[in-house]
Amino acid sequence: MPNYYIQSYIPILMLLAVVILLAVGMLVASYLLGQHRPTREKLTAYECGITPTGDARHRFSVKFYLVAMLFILFDVEVIFLYPWAVIFKELGIFGFVEMLLFLVIVLAGFAYLWKKGALDWTKADSGGL
Amino acid sequence: MQTSDLIRILPEIILAVAGIVVMLLGAFQKQNAGRMHPAIALLGLLGAAGAIAYQYPWRSLDPAFGGMLELDAFSAFFHILFFLVAALVVLSSSEYVAQERLASGEYHALLLFATMGMGLMASSNDLIMIFIGLEISSLASYILVGFRRGVATSSESSLKYFLLGSFATAFLLYGIALMFGATGATNLTEIHLALQAEQNTVTAMASPQLTPLVGPVPTALVGLSIALLFVGFAFKVSAVPFQIWTPDVYQGAPTPVTAFLSTGSKAAAFAVFLRVFMVALEGSAQDWVWLLWVSGLLSMVLGNLAALLQTNIKRMLAYSSIAHAGYILVAFTAHSEEGVAAVMFYLAAYALMNIGAFAVVSHFGNRGERYVEMEHYAGLGYRAPLLAASMTVFLLSLIGIPLTGGFFGKFYIFRAALHADLVWLTVLGVLNSAIAAYYYLRVIVFMYMHPAAEQIPVERVRPAMGFVLIFSMAATFLLGIFPQAVLDFASQAAALLLENLGNGVL
Amino acid sequence: MWLIPILPLLGAALNGLWGKRLPLRGIAAIAVGAVACSFLLALIACLSLGDATRMEVYFPWIAGADFQVDFNLYLDPLSAVMSLIVTGVGLLIHIYSIGYMSGEKGVHRFFAYMNLFLFFMLTLVLAGNYLLLLVGWEGVGLCSYLLIGYYFRREDAADAGKKAFIVTRLGDLGFLIGLILLYTTFGSLDYLVIFPEAAQFPVDSDGSGTLTLIGLLLLAGAVGKSAQIPLYVWLPDAMLGPTPVSALIHAATMVTAGVYIIARSSPIYVQAPEALMVVAVIGCITALYAATIGILQTDIKRILAYSTISQLGYMVMACGVGAFGAAVFHLMTHAFFKALLFLGAGSVIHAMGGEQDIRKMGGLRKKIPVTFWTFLFASLALIGAFPFAGFFSKDEILWRTFTSSTGGGRLLWVLALLTAGLTAVYIGRLVFLTFFGESRADPEVASHIHESPKVMTIPLIVLAVLSLIGGWIGWPRFLGGSNHFERWLEPALAAPAAAHAAGEESLEFLLMGLSLAVAALGVYIAYYLFLKRREAADRLAQASGGIYRLLLNKYYVDEIYRFLFVKPLVMGSTEVLWKTLDVGAIDGAVNLAARTTRSLGNALRKIQSGNIRSYAGWVVLGALLLIGFMVTAAS
Repeated sequence: MPNYYIQSYIPILMLLAVVILLAVGMLVASYLLGQHRPTREKLTAYECGITPTGDARHRFSVKFYLVAMLFILFDVEVIFLYPWAVIFKELGIFGFVEMLLFLVIVLAGFAYLWKKGALDWTKADSGGL
Repeated sequence: MQTSDLIRILPEIILAVAGIVVMLLGAFQKQNAGRMHPAIALLGLLGAAGAIAYQYPWRSLDPAFGGMLELDAFSAFFHILFFLVAALVVLSSSEYVAQERLASGEYHALLLFATMGMGLMASSNDLIMIFIGLEISSLASYILVGFRRGVATSSESSLKYFLLGSFATAFLLYGIALMFGATGATNLTEIHLALQAEQNTVTAMASPQLTPLVGPVPTALVGLSIALLFVGFAFKVSAVPFQIWTPDVYQGAPTPVTAFLSTGSKAAAFAVFLRVFMVALEGSAQDWVWLLWVSGLLSMVLGNLAALLQTNIKRMLAYSSIAHAGYILVAFTAHSEEGVAAVMFYLAAYALMNIGAFAVVSHFGNRGERYVEMEHYAGLGYRAPLLAASMTVFLLSLIGIPLTGGFFGKFYIFRAALHADLVWLTVLGVLNSAIAAYYYLRVIVFMYMHPAAEQIPVERVRPAMGFVLIFSMAATFLLGIFPQAVLDFASQAAALLLENLGNGVL
Repeated sequence: MWLIPILPLLGAALNGLWGKRLPLRGIAAIAVGAVACSFLLALIACLSLGDATRMEVYFPWIAGADFQVDFNLYLDPLSAVMSLIVTGVGLLIHIYSIGYMSGEKGVHRFFAYMNLFLFFMLTLVLAGNYLLLLVGWEGVGLCSYLLIGYYFRREDAADAGKKAFIVTRLGDLGFLIGLILLYTTFGSLDYLVIFPEAAQFPVDSDGSGTLTLIGLLLLAGAVGKSAQIPLYVWLPDAMLGPTPVSALIHAATMVTAGVYIIARSSPIYVQAPEALMVVAVIGCITALYAATIGILQTDIKRILAYSTISQLGYMVMACGVGAFGAAVFHLMTHAFFKALLFLGAGSVIHAMGGEQDIRKMGGLRKKIPVTFWTFLFASLALIGAFPFAGFFSKDEILWRTFTSSTGGGRLLWVLALLTAGLTAVYIGRLVFLTFFGESRADPEVASHIHESPKVMTIPLIVLAVLSLIGGWIGWPRFLGGSNHFERWLEPALAAPAAAHAAGEESLEFLLMGLSLAVAALGVYIAYYLFLKRREAADRLAQASGGIYRLLLNKYYVDEIYRFLFVKPLVMGSTEVLWKTLDVGAIDGAVNLAARTTRSLGNALRKIQSGNIRSYAGWVVLGALLLIGFMVTAAS
């Protein structure tokens, strides 16, 4: 008996093949069909029309990463509120208490961050974390 | 959800609350007010242990959260072990934290969080829960490893641990996904039943629409999944060939954290390793036993051989911890009730002696971990007799000299292996434990038989550290002279773990 | 009974913890007192033992459903004799050490280790099961290691300690596996359970059964501890420890643990004749081999070390031919005279201000008379001169070997007889070079030669008396005695199924005479070569005119002797045995093993590059291997 389990993945495999073919095909086609007249201007990196300055690879302040990470953290946590809100009525008082607890924990983390100065952009040593 | 569900995770709740409290205290208190943190951490651990004890006997407890968590004797054993380890680490690191000026609040909070994750790992009976527990404890440990922020090696090892750990977790996650694909379940007991009946639970239920999919569980898929799960767990217990991170990370991490990783985290990883393979995958044992066989043997050989050459004592202990993972895998390979009990006993004995050894290393290391080379230990036997004597006891136990816990650990392991007819593995294991004697003895030789080359200051032992040393020493001897109580506990837990399986109870 | 081992432990604890603050007198009082009390207790226990055996169970150690081990002590004639030897000889050596070690640093440490050693040794001999025996077994190894490395400032001493520990541990491996096998076979480790059951087993005649395997594995442990071929290499090096240590551990007690374990396990061995055969052969070869090496050594303690190896070979051989009683008898007499030899040697070294080379001694007979006479007694006991202790035990072994039902008993006997001759040669040489003739020491040293203090000489005298009369309790039947000793031991030991053919008395008499003659010949050779010849050579130098033709003739005889006997012996001993086998083969093998381990370790270090990408690569490689295995295995 053939193994249906693996067979059921065949459409996905086919899709994968089509996607790869399409992407590679388009690139190859444009390379073969188009004209190439490279100039100095054309080969420079595109930066909104302004003449590029310096190297693109330079170090950013760690504060950017910190803020980005904090944003993601709280963002994800807030997203929990959406499904909760949808079935809030069904969950009743239990759901309410549960969410309150969750928020308390999130707020505790927030308070910690705030106190530590992780949100203070001007502080010299950003975050004694 | 019922109240009983909450009670089942009460230990974890207590730890989480204590952790948050310590974290906030650390942030809001003024500097140098860190004396309360260890106290709160210890209180939390005590409370959590009380919550475990409160639910005694663990024999008849219902599974919580729809079978996701199971507080059985097996899990209780590991819980108690974790709490003990965490408490000893807290006590032994009080000097260290002050001396290295570590952020005490975060340090203790992270320790508590990691312990909480380990507790979850020990009681989860579901691959998803296991993953969550594993991540909670791992994330906390990644940070703990890099806690000496000013030291490059610490940050480096933290990053290595994080990257490789995530890498291994990805393997584990793939394994979980494939296992679900193959059997239609993430609950370990259900996986066991599905594999036994060779029937995918999801497709079997949904048969009207998916008739072509109903059929035997695809064995190749299960095999692939087992391999991936194995990678994830073997990484965590630092078994060959996934041991590669261990020496660098153990060396770079703050010494108390290394003690924690090598005992607590390892035990937790073994707890899930055992539960997943013995409960869910028992039916396909004939396949994975060979993985354990080879991995156990290689771990012993590589760990011991590499340890022979080390001059840094932390690195030496790191390699030795690989070798000890190998011994434990030998008992695991027996995949019997006796084997499981032997693993549990060994983990307990190993935890006590290793924490003791690291406590000495941490104390003697002095500021900035300056004195962690073997030659620094020269003549320690005369300058700090008690410190050296306790180190000697721990090292002898690591060798497996009789009257210490390490001896019975090895004894039970090799007995279990012999009962499972693993004669060659046993012989090679015993051979390895003889090689291992050499490098542990070298430390003793340095302590007692070399004159001190330079004057190295030895700080006075504070009460907390003294308590840890005496406790570990006493426990090591106790396990060597009266091993029965702990062994009985482990045997009953193992019997209970496997008993439900035979009856097919969900 | 539990007090017997515990007392020395207490002494060790007291001296170890607080000894630093006590004066020498206090330290010595604690150490010696503990041993003396325990000797008295052992004596009382033995006297009250009678014909019975006693098993005292204190509390359960491991109490599993299917596996039970207690803390228990077992007293039967065998363990009684052993504990008397250990505490008795131990006591004398402790007293001697007070004198020998005075002036050394860290004496409290020394006595603490010595007491600790006695604790473990007593645990070993009194244990009622194999697991507790293992505790003592490992413990004495550890103490021996600590005591050899006592002069830790000497690099070679520390190395010797390590070598001893590692080499004996090789044997312990076999021992440990043997224990596990015992447990899986009998379901217990208790003597009283195992031995009756072992007797029920069929005799393992083709040598393929479990009992043979167990016997061989236990033998591996014994070979390591009792310094038999091929694991004997550690013992000569162990002589770097203080002399009392050599006397106590490396002559009288610890090294006999291997013999003890074989005798103790005699009920197992008698059911496994093939294993016994191996025991006998190993013992015999070791005895001969070590004796030949002993002839050419120049360090007084090394000669004694090789002599110990050789005598241990005798005991092991006796076990191998089923004469367990004779083995234990020789063990006892050997403990007396070899301890005495070592202590005497210590006294000589003490007198010579640390000199150990016998070529630089000579003529000490007059200077240190007590040492000389006691040393002479011990030497006579060693070569088996009538009526010294060694005579009875050695003769018993030879007789039992000759009449042994084991195949090749006669051949073993010939080799053993040869060994006896060689023994006489080397010990004769030692005595003659050390005590007779002209002094060859530096005048500086010679002027300081003095007899040791009383505290050292009294133990020597006691041991000398024991070396003389210690064998009389085993007075053989045909000389009018009744061999009390072996009859007393009988209940503790099993005898091979095929009983010894009772030999004729006249034959026994003849053999005895023969062995005495061989010993006498050996002494004569030694006398000739190492004492007489030197004088002859001296006179020859004076009488260059060739006046003393007779002496010259004697010199020819000497030359012939040299050519026929000494030269091959010299060649054989140094070139073949010592250089090739000892240094080349055995040390080489040990070094090779060490080198291989190191290079493997280096390869491992290369993998550990610290580069995280290569680490990840290793993880992937491992995962791929696993996946490949699992998928192919599953499908």
